[in-house]
Amino acid sequence: MSVVDDAPPARRGAASRAWTAPGWAFNLPYLLGFLAVYVAPVGYAIWQSTHQEKRSGLGFGAPKVVFTGFQNFSQVLGDGAFWTSLLRVVAVAAVEIPVVLGLALVLALLLDVVKSRLARYFRVAFLVPYMVPIVVATLVWLYLYSPVASPLVAAFHGLNFFTPVTTYLSIGNVLVWAQIGFNMILFAAALQAIPGDLFEAARLDGAGEPRIAWSIKIPAVRPVLVLTGMFSIIGMLQLFTEPQILRQLAPQAISMDFTPMQSIYAAGFSANNYDYAAAMSVVLAVVTGILAFVFYRITNRRTVL
Amino acid sequence: MTLVDARPRSAAIRSAVPGKRRKRPFTLPLVLLVLFLIYSVAPVWWLFVSSTKNLSDLYQSFGLWFAHWNFFANVRETLTYDNGVFGQWMWNSVLYATAGAAGATLIATAAGYGLAKFRFRGRGLVFAITVGSSLLPGALLAMPMYLLFSKIGLVGTIWSVLIPYFVNPFSVYLGRVYADGSVPDELLEAARLDGASELRIFTRISLRLMTTGAVTIFILNFIAIWNNFFLPLFMLNGERTFPVILGLYSWNEQLLESQGDMTNLVITGSLLSIIPLAVFMISLQRYWRSGVLLGSIK
Repeated sequence: MSVVDDAPPARRGAASRAWTAPGWAFNLPYLLGFLAVYVAPVGYAIWQSTHQEKRSGLGFGAPKVVFTGFQNFSQVLGDGAFWTSLLRVVAVAAVEIPVVLGLALVLALLLDVVKSRLARYFRVAFLVPYMVPIVVATLVWLYLYSPVASPLVAAFHGLNFFTPVTTYLSIGNVLVWAQIGFNMILFAAALQAIPGDLFEAARLDGAGEPRIAWSIKIPAVRPVLVLTGMFSIIGMLQLFTEPQILRQLAPQAISMDFTPMQSIYAAGFSANNYDYAAAMSVVLAVVTGILAFVFYRITNRRTVL
Repeated sequence: MTLVDARPRSAAIRSAVPGKRRKRPFTLPLVLLVLFLIYSVAPVWWLFVSSTKNLSDLYQSFGLWFAHWNFFANVRETLTYDNGVFGQWMWNSVLYATAGAAGATLIATAAGYGLAKFRFRGRGLVFAITVGSSLLPGALLAMPMYLLFSKIGLVGTIWSVLIPYFVNPFSVYLGRVYADGSVPDELLEAARLDGASELRIFTRISLRLMTTGAVTIFILNFIAIWNNFFLPLFMLNGERTFPVILGLYSWNEQLLESQGDMTNLVITGSLLSIIPLAVFMISLQRYWRSGVLLGSIK
């Protein structure tokens, strides 16, 4: 613990001891809360995933909780539906994240070129989806996809938004619509932070606007791109709200265990199999951690080159 | 000498560049931006237009333009349905978001201030778990938290959502950044020499200097709580305790399962649920944008 302390108390002498305690005191509410809503649930999930509720013999009497070690996990690892749902969100993420980040970056670059007064109005309009809660956004798109009231279905002559293929496009569209504006703001801010003389120098050297975008602006937003990519991966693996709501309209196309989080929700609340839900949570957390780490390593290696 | 030389040259460049800029064609970027503007705004426009229609117009008239103006009748129906449950949901959302964000702000500014201005054993560890846990997938905690809370009888009460809302590691991180930037050490030393207690220094001096940061933290938490679907879905079971987001979800579920058509209630309710948040966000844009950017760039 003392390794990570950046200022050993000894150096500052006895006087500093007086203000060591307040540091802890100011952090006390936070740390107690952290124990309650982070440490305890994680610990409990691990404990639960290594136990099972068993009833003795004829099923009379109270069920007993017994230690079963790796049994829940091996059941999860052999669960085809769970892995299918995991692959599904990985596939959706592999398309959706580049589309969102790419479009957001293009929009930010375009906004950077047009007149600043005009850009302000565009920026506000692009943030409109961010002001709509995800649940409401999904409900709006649900109606736009529904065969009864939708101008979209009419315009596309009765297009079915929930075939095995279009289901993915329909979910992806909700995600893209909701996420682009916010990411664009992040990129726009990173672009505004670039010192203006860099552009002057580039123009003097005869660089056109596309060349400036490629050689100066895109490298400048790289750190933001990597960070938003990281958070997008973590978020996408937990995909829940959008498919869960669209499922109300298309239960045949979007199954109860369409995404891993939906599987966990269904195992917990429909089947009351909490031990199994806990084991799936742990596996999902580990997979998320691995993917985030791999992404971090890949993007960092490229920075060096 | 070189300085004097440099000035007219760079001035010449500056005057030359805007001239060049004016000639650049803006057509393609503008067309793309306008297309995207339509994509961003049209669904919300549809929501607004639809909330002004009665049920038959909703199904028969063109979706992106008005038919008979039925807005106030829709609003009245939404607000009075099921003994005014919608008003209760809106109130719950305001309550959860305000109380949750206030608690989170208080805890985060205190912790951030402690981390920024005091050297204590374990400080590095506290900071490490703060940064590390903001990468932790939050939804994974929901199921075990639900089980723990049901063991101690919290599930279904307001505390089952408020307690998790109170603890926000990312806000603690922001609190540390703001404390670092806005509270000078010299001022603290002077106050200590005058014999002020640490608590008094925090409430009377530091908290005031950190006002901008605290407001930003409050807004970010308010928005996140207003939009949160997952935690209330797990924790709350009585319809009267739902926040508006969860209420709309339950209405839509009933709509698709039962015979009565509640479509206009869900649509009008959706529109009404956006308004407080949109007003809140637009009026305080300066704050939440700075907070978001701070978090993403540092």
